[in-house]
Amino acid sequence: MKKAKASLAVLLSTSLLFGCAQENEGTKPADDKAKEKSVSKLDDVSREYREYAINEIEEFVQATEEFTTAVSAGDLEKAKEVYAPARMHYERAEPIAEVFGDLDPKIDAREGDVKDEEWGGYHRIEMGLWQENTTKGYEKYAKQLMSDVNLLRAKVETVDVTPDLLITGAVDLLNEVSTSKVTGEEDRYSHTDLYDFVANVEGAEKIFELLTPALKEKDAKLAEEIQQRFDEVYALLEKHKEGDGYISYTDLKKSEVKELSQAIDALAEPLSQIGIVTEES
Amino acid sequence: MKENTPSDETKLFTKKVSRRKMLKTAGVGGIGVVIGASGIGGLLTLSDSRAKGQTKDIVPFYGAHQAGITTETQDNLYFASLEVTTDKRSDLIQLFKDWTEAAAQMTAGNLVGEASLNANMPPKDTGEAKELSPSNLTITFGVGPTLFSKDGKDRFGLKSKKPAELNALPKFPMDALEDSWSGGDICIQACADDLQVAFHAVRNLVRIGRGKTIIHWAQTGFQRTKQADSGKTTPRNLFGFKDGTVNPDTNDGSEMNEHVWVKVGDGPDWLVGGSYMVVRRIQMYIEVWDRTILKEQENTFGRHRDSGAPLGMKNEFDRVDLEAKDSNGNQIIPENSHMSLSRGDGKAKILRRPYSYADGMDPKTGSFNAGLLFICFQRNPSKQFIPIQERLAKNDKLNEYIVHRGSAIFACLPGVKKGGYIGDSLFG
Ligand code: HEM
Repeated sequence: MKKAKASLAVLLSTSLLFGCAQENEGTKPADDKAKEKSVSKLDDVSREYREYAINEIEEFVQATEEFTTAVSAGDLEKAKEVYAPARMHYERAEPIAEVFGDLDPKIDAREGDVKDEEWGGYHRIEMGLWQENTTKGYEKYAKQLMSDVNLLRAKVETVDVTPDLLITGAVDLLNEVSTSKVTGEEDRYSHTDLYDFVANVEGAEKIFELLTPALKEKDAKLAEEIQQRFDEVYALLEKHKEGDGYISYTDLKKSEVKELSQAIDALAEPLSQIGIVTEES
Repeated sequence: MKENTPSDETKLFTKKVSRRKMLKTAGVGGIGVVIGASGIGGLLTLSDSRAKGQTKDIVPFYGAHQAGITTETQDNLYFASLEVTTDKRSDLIQLFKDWTEAAAQMTAGNLVGEASLNANMPPKDTGEAKELSPSNLTITFGVGPTLFSKDGKDRFGLKSKKPAELNALPKFPMDALEDSWSGGDICIQACADDLQVAFHAVRNLVRIGRGKTIIHWAQTGFQRTKQADSGKTTPRNLFGFKDGTVNPDTNDGSEMNEHVWVKVGDGPDWLVGGSYMVVRRIQMYIEVWDRTILKEQENTFGRHRDSGAPLGMKNEFDRVDLEAKDSNGNQIIPENSHMSLSRGDGKAKILRRPYSYADGMDPKTGSFNAGLLFICFQRNPSKQFIPIQERLAKNDKLNEYIVHRGSAIFACLPGVKKGGYIGDSLFG
């Protein structure tokens, strides 16, 4: 779950701050065209990202259906099996999902994030499945979760994806990894944190992938460096694969956790420069 | 449209932020968030220099030798030992170039990098040293033996350049070294009269190195501040004794040449003008020390606690006579005292530049986790630090109260001229 963030910034027109610069006026027509071009390119990217995110949420609905059905049916094994993969869809689309500040805590709050009597969602059920080893008594949480996720699906249609959201979203996804996944605090009963970890990285990579053409125009070396760092993170994660999934977070050695954490830092630093795509060239 | 004339605005900016660039950046109105809420205030204070008009408290960065070695010891230290993670030589060279530029900026009291007006990007400088004086910041870079070869691998085509003197230190008796406090491919020693300024320096350099280096270990260090001791007397360590009384004179060029700076013929030419740095992280059992009677304390060092004078003498800088006897014919300064043993025959000298550290509580024992980050510089470790430490490790009375937890050695690169970069003699 993500704490609400203050809206990014105020919109200021150039003229308000600087007056109209002479040089600017002279070259205005050409300037405007270039501006339109770069803006429309980013708008295309935003549209594509919107599709991607909605698709992930769509799959999240289906996976949650499977999960909550298993919980309601008392199928403990099945519920445990689908828990982590289901969450990956949500984690990939987190920049969009968390826009709905009221729903995110309902779906994804961890123990202590909200008042005990309000606590429901994935992690509440996770506690039942792993700590108490039961689905009994959790049917009502499953029902509520399903209805919240359906509501998310409906609301997500209304979301307006802006270039800002993309630019901050990519790094935010990695910050999520740095601050909660790396510490093993996300899935504290199931220890399936690596699934969330991977999904956050994949979500960030999707944004990077969509922005790559624009980025290459500004700074091809930066694009190359970021790709290389993604590859390095994936290479590390690959080592912790087990069958279709990932090993328990508690099976990671301390040195391996540190290695992952530092690899995320190494990736997020250059990735934080992608705002350069908003500059005119 | 004309009320707010551009020329007025321009005055607010220094050369670093060209007006053209600003307008370009600000011109992407369609996307909106180019100038953030905080940007307005920021714009008006944008400037090259952190604290305007500062010329005081600056230690020159460029010169024949790196600063931070013979520089008068500043109040605070932030020390980082790094591991290199890239395997490309070109990455490493670029890194030293970027570091040189940033270090030159910061030591002059400037911000790192060009100020950018694109609010869609994080600021280049991390900001916590803004408005702060240069604080005599020095940044000293060194390279460890593992940069040249690690597990038998010639990592960057440097193996043939490794000085014969640059080896992990031998194991001394009583050593209790921990890997997590030992070694390193590169070190950055930042010293300043303000801890925040020192930290800012290392933080920004580590940030620049992200993806190419990682922190292996890091340590803050302190001594009494100049404010607290305007008389500039010898600082005391955490055992309460004056520490630094006997040290080669950093103002005496020939003494520095003899004991500190690597000379032609000492080893590879790329290190001429550089110096070997030995770092030992030494834990001090201060609880044990505190219940030791004064006589024992003084016998441990061979000096009086209050005055710092050699035992039997009055003043700190009185002549040391290791053979002096009392009326009963007993040696006044014990043979196993720290001073006696570290001095030996007095020929091998090192330039000591240590800092105390206090890292909270040792969770295992509940005692203070405190000690000395012992740092010293020399021309020739095998003739200077190593034999001294061999004597100390075997017999020093001080060993009852201390334990060596960390160890590292680095070759501090020679100084750099404007236009060059730290390490150019090594990579060039
Ligand atoms: C926690 C560890 C240490 C403490 C508390 C300590 C403290 C002191 C003190 C109080 C003095 C006397 C005052 C002075 O001349 O500065 C001294 C002198 C000295 N120490 Fe240490 N020291 C430590 C470790 C070391 C180590 C590891 C070495 C080198 C291997 C060393 C080398 C020397 C030398 C060369 C002198 C000057 C001796 C002379 O010629 O009079 N010290 N130290």
